[in-house]
Amino acid sequence: MKAAAFAYVRATSVENALELLSVHGEAAKLLSGGQSLVPAMNLRLVAPELIVDIGELTELRGVAVKGEVLTIGALTRHADLLKSREIAAHAPLLKDAVAHVAHPAIRNRGTIGGSLAHADPASELPACMLTLGATIIARGPGGERRIAANEFFVGIYETTLTPQELLVAVELPVNPKNSTHFFHEFARRHGDYAIVGLAAQASIKDGRFADLRLGFFAVGDRPLLAKSASKLVDVAITPAVLSEAASALDDELDPLEDQQATAAMRRHLAKVLLTRCVSLLLARSDLRAGASA
Amino acid sequence: MTSELANPQTLSALDRPNSYIGKAVPRPNLDRLMQGRGLYVSDIELPRMAYAVFLRSPHAHARIVGIETSAAKQMPGVIAVVSGRELSTVVTPWVGVLSHLKGLKSAPQSAIAVDRVCWQGEAVAAVVAASRAQAEDAAEHVSVKYEELHAVTDMRTALDPATPVIHASLGDNLAFERIHDAGAVDQAFAESDEVFEAEFVFGRHTGVTLEPRAVVADWSAAEAKLTIYQGTQAPHMVQNIAALHLGLKESQVRVVCKDVGGSFGIKVHIYADEMATYALSKLLRRPVKFVADRVESFNTDIHARDHRCRGKIGVKRDGTIMAFEIDDLTGIGPYSMYPRTSAIEANQVVNLVGGPYVTGNYRARARVVFQNKNVMCQYRAVGHPIACSVTEGLVDLAAMKIAMDPVEIRRRNLIADDAYPCASPSGLRFEQLSHHAALAKLVQMMDYDALRAEQAALRVKNIHRGIGIASFIEVTNPSAAFYGVGGAKISSQDGVAVRLDAQGSVICQTSITEQGQGSESLTAQIVGSVLGVSMDRVRVILGDTDNTPYGGGTWASRGAGIGGEAALQAAKVLRKNILDVAAVVLQSTPSELDIVNNAVVNVVDGAPRIDLSELARIVYFRPDTLPPGIQPELMATRHFVPRNYPFAFTNGVQASWLELDPDTGFVKLLKHWVVEDCGTIINPQLVDEQIRGGVVQGLGAALFEKCVYDERGQLTNANMADYLVPMSGEMPDIDVGHVVSPTLESELGAKGAGEAGTAGAAAAVTNAVNDALRPFGTIITEIPLTPQVILTALGRI
Ligand SMILES: Cc1cc2nc3c(=O)[nH]c(=O)nc-3n(C[C@H](O)[C@H](O)[C@H](O)COP(=O)(O)OP(=O)(O)OC[C@H]3O[C@@H](n4cnc5c(N)ncnc54)[C@H](O)[C@@H]3O)c2cc1C
Repeated sequence: MKAAAFAYVRATSVENALELLSVHGEAAKLLSGGQSLVPAMNLRLVAPELIVDIGELTELRGVAVKGEVLTIGALTRHADLLKSREIAAHAPLLKDAVAHVAHPAIRNRGTIGGSLAHADPASELPACMLTLGATIIARGPGGERRIAANEFFVGIYETTLTPQELLVAVELPVNPKNSTHFFHEFARRHGDYAIVGLAAQASIKDGRFADLRLGFFAVGDRPLLAKSASKLVDVAITPAVLSEAASALDDELDPLEDQQATAAMRRHLAKVLLTRCVSLLLARSDLRAGASA
Repeated sequence: MTSELANPQTLSALDRPNSYIGKAVPRPNLDRLMQGRGLYVSDIELPRMAYAVFLRSPHAHARIVGIETSAAKQMPGVIAVVSGRELSTVVTPWVGVLSHLKGLKSAPQSAIAVDRVCWQGEAVAAVVAASRAQAEDAAEHVSVKYEELHAVTDMRTALDPATPVIHASLGDNLAFERIHDAGAVDQAFAESDEVFEAEFVFGRHTGVTLEPRAVVADWSAAEAKLTIYQGTQAPHMVQNIAALHLGLKESQVRVVCKDVGGSFGIKVHIYADEMATYALSKLLRRPVKFVADRVESFNTDIHARDHRCRGKIGVKRDGTIMAFEIDDLTGIGPYSMYPRTSAIEANQVVNLVGGPYVTGNYRARARVVFQNKNVMCQYRAVGHPIACSVTEGLVDLAAMKIAMDPVEIRRRNLIADDAYPCASPSGLRFEQLSHHAALAKLVQMMDYDALRAEQAALRVKNIHRGIGIASFIEVTNPSAAFYGVGGAKISSQDGVAVRLDAQGSVICQTSITEQGQGSESLTAQIVGSVLGVSMDRVRVILGDTDNTPYGGGTWASRGAGIGGEAALQAAKVLRKNILDVAAVVLQSTPSELDIVNNAVVNVVDGAPRIDLSELARIVYFRPDTLPPGIQPELMATRHFVPRNYPFAFTNGVQASWLELDPDTGFVKLLKHWVVEDCGTIINPQLVDEQIRGGVVQGLGAALFEKCVYDERGQLTNANMADYLVPMSGEMPDIDVGHVVSPTLESELGAKGAGEAGTAGAAAAVTNAVNDALRPFGTIITEIPLTPQVILTALGRI
């Protein structure tokens, strides 16, 4: 369990990092928090020739609010998100979600940029980006690129980033005033990747959803912003409506089978999450009775 | 993890003033370990030391057609690349059988595979280099050509005529079979009002020690002496086996075992790669280090518990259990492990089923088959979790059938506390157990009736909680009956030497070993108590075949009961010797003197007479002042092994309280209780920690841990992300209570406590899950109880 030999440079600026990436192409790998990359290297699943450590690029670390936009630098660590007052005030969903990412030791090093670039379909933060309508900002040889979150994730560990690009930040619209959220995931042990999870954001008016965004994760090869959410907006929710939305959700899912769950189990749990989310957000425990469907 | 503790009773015979027996004194080695001054094998660096990495088979069963090593040999830092055939000139193969397990057979196993690999992970070549990284780099350049063979993976078809035989010379894939028939089983079932049958399925899992297996072997050609630094539970056993297969005398082999990062039975065996490391050192005439990494730990550390056991119980409507019957099948991998063999677990299952109960009607069959998976062998609580889950599962299901409370059916059938000595239906002899006292204490600790009321109230609100009870017996303090009688050179006796040094402190050498359970502490507590010396003046030396008495080590819950008694007896002799000289010096008689607080005192009034340091000064430096003919012996050695009973059985009962979410299949453990009886308690904190740690490993088996193999014999979750060990977040509070029935085999009266927790935890959880599932009309007799398994049973997916 020792990584294959590699060369190492510590990037001195974003420009320097981009230069190294363009010179070395696919032979180089960015090192951010190292919590996904280093285990993979030690298992010799990947063997980059050059490691470009961006850890010292402090300009990429931090959370800022400007007007209606919340900007999170790529190097912002999971632990920073958990502690940030801006996040708690303007994107509380993210705070709830980060508490489910791994364990304190890993949250102290892992970064949001690394998590999004790594694009594990069972990861919490990518799904949150969909739910919150984030824009991902990347810089490459040709300058800056702004990518909508729902176009960023394209497969297991796959994004639209090119090997020459650096994810520098994400931008989120600050939470609308009367919005509310729900985050829950099913994992065998606290801190494990989810079997199925849901990051939801809603605004509610007169007991109905005026808006509802459902970001599911671990239900396919990438996070999913469920279109079936629309079936629940601007209608009086009855068990029948909910069950119709659940079967529409079922059509959208393409879950994988792994050690923890079959595809059928993931479908089932996604529907349980949907029901629990709706009944909790609307404070309607009557809807939960049908959850065992 | 601690909630309120039921106070352990202590034993008065050893409860001298200032006695440490029965006190929760801190372990003397804690500061050293906490300050990073432990010495684990991984820490050991010797001059000219090289690092071995094993290239391991990617196939479960294959012929080795050729091994090409020339490219690897050119790689930087490489010292040697060694195949199985080359190594076989240095080390001979072995066969893991014992003569008292009649009919047990196995094939010769080599340190590194020769011609054929029999499981995914078996070593095919060793690469030795100046660093581990260089050895791993070079290993990527060894190319092995394999011809894949049919992999026998499913134990259920291993004996079918159509299934290929793994070792042709053995004739079939049956390693061992045992049949037992006691009482009148058929008649008992015929007379039962209800008969219940089920198949119990147990996931293959492993011990996952924090520190992986590790060894440094140092062959000194000049002295013709091999020093082995290894994290092992049984140094003298390692010495014997290494000498035997390397063609050496035992006197040429020294085994040193410093700190060990967890063992749980994983490190009580002789592994092929360890044997290869000893041989590589001899071959290359230099120190060689091997430290298993996590992936190879999963692929090569022994697995355990892969059993499918059909069980049957007959009951009368009044709750009387009429008979038990089992048919157990287990797959142990391609070889029986050396030297303890892989038949012991199945043998234990036969021994232990029905053990807590009165009925004498018991029929059992156990079959042990070969398969192309990693080897299986003894892991903490060998066979107990299987036997306990089957027995207690059957008892609960029978109670359900006749609508009797699970506590009540146990009250009616557990062997009475005044019925001892007696024997189990499998012929095990019990000296003194306390099932009823333990159950009564458990019921009171958990407030059983209140819990039942709470459960009923919550059920109405669609909250599904379950209560599970599991009584158990545990084999501890084994005599030669375990291994010695079968021809294995595994000592069942242990020895302790104690000596008073020149400043009145005590050095104590013991043959038991320390892997974190507190052997060092309990030895110091006993010696300090008996001698009247404070514990900070007692230094304990363990784990060195050159520097301790000969003995078995620490396994099978034997350290305290056997090694502790040897310490007690040795300290008594030393105490007498000290008082003899003191009497001479003080012109008194030994009977008028005692030792308290590091000083010789008067028995009558406790007045101090002479400090031990002063006495030692006289003995060692001014013997000329002693009367002629007086030769003090301030060192004493004693050995001990139980002789009347082959094993000191202990007993206990566990309970689990949990909540099951029928929508998700998730189980949340809310609370766990254990009442156990390990006889004299030397250190209540250490006993409780043993129980809790053992329970956690049992809970791992119940809910999380499983080595998942595919049909081609590939282990698919050999890493810490996919193989789920229990973590603190999911663990409930574990309350521990005690009943104390000392064994009369020893003055100390201590029995073992190391495996009790593991023995019954999974059974309690499974029973609780089935209790929670009652309204749904389904039962589950398979562990681990994953959400997938539970949702499937509920028909939700
Ligand atoms: C035991 C354990 C449990 C975990 N559990 C969870 C969990 O439950 N949920 C979860 O979401 N995660 C989990 N993780 C992963 C953790 O959150 C990682 O921190 C995260 O996935 C990657 O972030 P990082 O900063 O460590 O990235 P790194 O490991 O440094 O990099 C990951 C990948 O992203 C690339 N990369 C990094 N930064 C950039 C950038 N700015 N631009 C472009 N590419 C970049 C790297 O080249 C690499 O390919 C777990 C990790 C461990 C070790």
